[in-house]
Amino acid sequence: MSKNPPPDSQAIHWFAWLTAVATFFLVIAGALVVGYDAGLAVPDWPLSFGTWMPPMEGGVFYEHGHRMIAATVGLLTTVLAVWLGWKDPRRWVKKLAGVAWVAVVVQAILGGLTVLYLLPIPILIAHACLAQLFFCLILSLVLFTSPAWERAAGPAETIPGAGFEQLAAAATGALFLQLALGAALRHKALGEAPHLAGAGVAGFLVGWVCYRAVTELGECDAVRKLTKWVGGILSLQLILGLGAYSFRHATTGLAEPQTFVVFLTTAHVVGGALLLGSSLILALLSYRRQAVPEKASSLAGSPQRTWA
Amino acid sequence: MIRSNWSWLAALFLALTVAGCGGGQPAAEQPAGDAAPAAPAAAPIDPATVATITGKVAFTGQAPPRVRIRMDAVPACTQASPDPAYVQEVVVNDNNTLQNVFVYVKEGLGDRSFPATTPEVVIDQKGCMYTPHMLGLVVGQKLRIKNSDPTNHNIHPLPKENREWNQSMPPGSADLVQEFARPEIMIPVKCNVHPWMITYIGVQRHPFFAVTGADGSFEIKGLPPGNYVIEAWHEKFGTFQQNVTVGASETKQVDFSIQG
Repeated sequence: MSKNPPPDSQAIHWFAWLTAVATFFLVIAGALVVGYDAGLAVPDWPLSFGTWMPPMEGGVFYEHGHRMIAATVGLLTTVLAVWLGWKDPRRWVKKLAGVAWVAVVVQAILGGLTVLYLLPIPILIAHACLAQLFFCLILSLVLFTSPAWERAAGPAETIPGAGFEQLAAAATGALFLQLALGAALRHKALGEAPHLAGAGVAGFLVGWVCYRAVTELGECDAVRKLTKWVGGILSLQLILGLGAYSFRHATTGLAEPQTFVVFLTTAHVVGGALLLGSSLILALLSYRRQAVPEKASSLAGSPQRTWA
Repeated sequence: MIRSNWSWLAALFLALTVAGCGGGQPAAEQPAGDAAPAAPAAAPIDPATVATITGKVAFTGQAPPRVRIRMDAVPACTQASPDPAYVQEVVVNDNNTLQNVFVYVKEGLGDRSFPATTPEVVIDQKGCMYTPHMLGLVVGQKLRIKNSDPTNHNIHPLPKENREWNQSMPPGSADLVQEFARPEIMIPVKCNVHPWMITYIGVQRHPFFAVTGADGSFEIKGLPPGNYVIEAWHEKFGTFQQNVTVGASETKQVDFSIQG
């Protein structure tokens, strides 16, 4: 049984989308800062050269641009958290929105520390990891405020075999670890071998999820459709990773960052974020499908049952 | 159960990121203030007996084509210096010698410290290039940094033995005066605003160093007689060493040859 969503729900959902898109651009901007070695182009923080708006040239364009998008994302997240806290009836969604707000504040502080302490590697890696987690948190809020979350609780055409949701969760966890290894590689804390090994493990798990979804779920199933996207992004991601690796080696020793290599590496980072995010959505929908039918029957007609 | 599990799961992920994704190296270097163990005072040098080492750094092989730096997108850079700028990494002179090679006495002086011959060395940021591209300093000698450009620069040395710092220099700002507390070969200095800008600083306990110029030659004067190891350092080709013995008031020629 599903109720009509309250009037605010659709607006909140689209606002969560807006925040997710802004966060996506923030991930791109962050990857460009690293690619162009512009993290210290602005030596002070939170101001830039003592002002709010320095001339946007050279590395300042990337570093200060990153700060401007981050400020926008911080503002959007604050509004989203307040809005959900005020209007959403589910306590766990309110809490999750609060966690997202804390994450964006911590992320801003980590960003400041990278500047003030001249790019300490542990802080850089934590900043990169939290960026991916924050993107996942916002995508989760997009899902939890969407009609798809409600639909996933309803009866499904087909149910995957046992352990599908755990497999999807394991693939998501492996992707996150792989992104952390990628960040460690980019910031020269680790070599290439761990990231390459991680690619094998994460790629295998994601591929397995895709295979099981295609063989066990019906044509029109939302989870199956999503796995096609996940599989596509995985293929693209492997190509981008191979390209970034090859061209980076070919241009080793050149004094300046090479634009083509920066673009390839940035695309690889952004592809990783998209892959992680879509894999997380897939895992959440799978758990929702497994968890709710029993609960739905037990809570049928209960006034506690809400629009999502 | 499920309701509370979602938020706990999110909080756990967040905590794991901040706590667990770091690892690795210490965050910052030691400050320079506690550095530079006091070296023994310099034994007096008799000016009548000092020796000189001269030489050239020859380049063999095919000289690489010079790569032009594209600053067209930054008018403030071309405004100060309309002439085209080139990457300084490998500069082969007309006489097949190599420019920007740091030649210094690596061994033979013991732990003795010697005073600098000049109170300070100047480095300028002009046309979004560092001038000079390479220089030497004695420990504690002042480095005066100027910004002659109508644009922001940041100046950011990347030492391994000294304290790292990063400072902004807006146009028209006062000169920045810094010094390095420990000997180090070599310290790259970058501007992260203009990624092509790079210079190298060699810091020594003594003033017996030189940088090859437009004729590829160098001269190290005022050396006490003795046995020395002379090292030539180049940013692309690495280091090359030669042993030399100089007697009182003697001038010796030490030439290097670097294969491109």
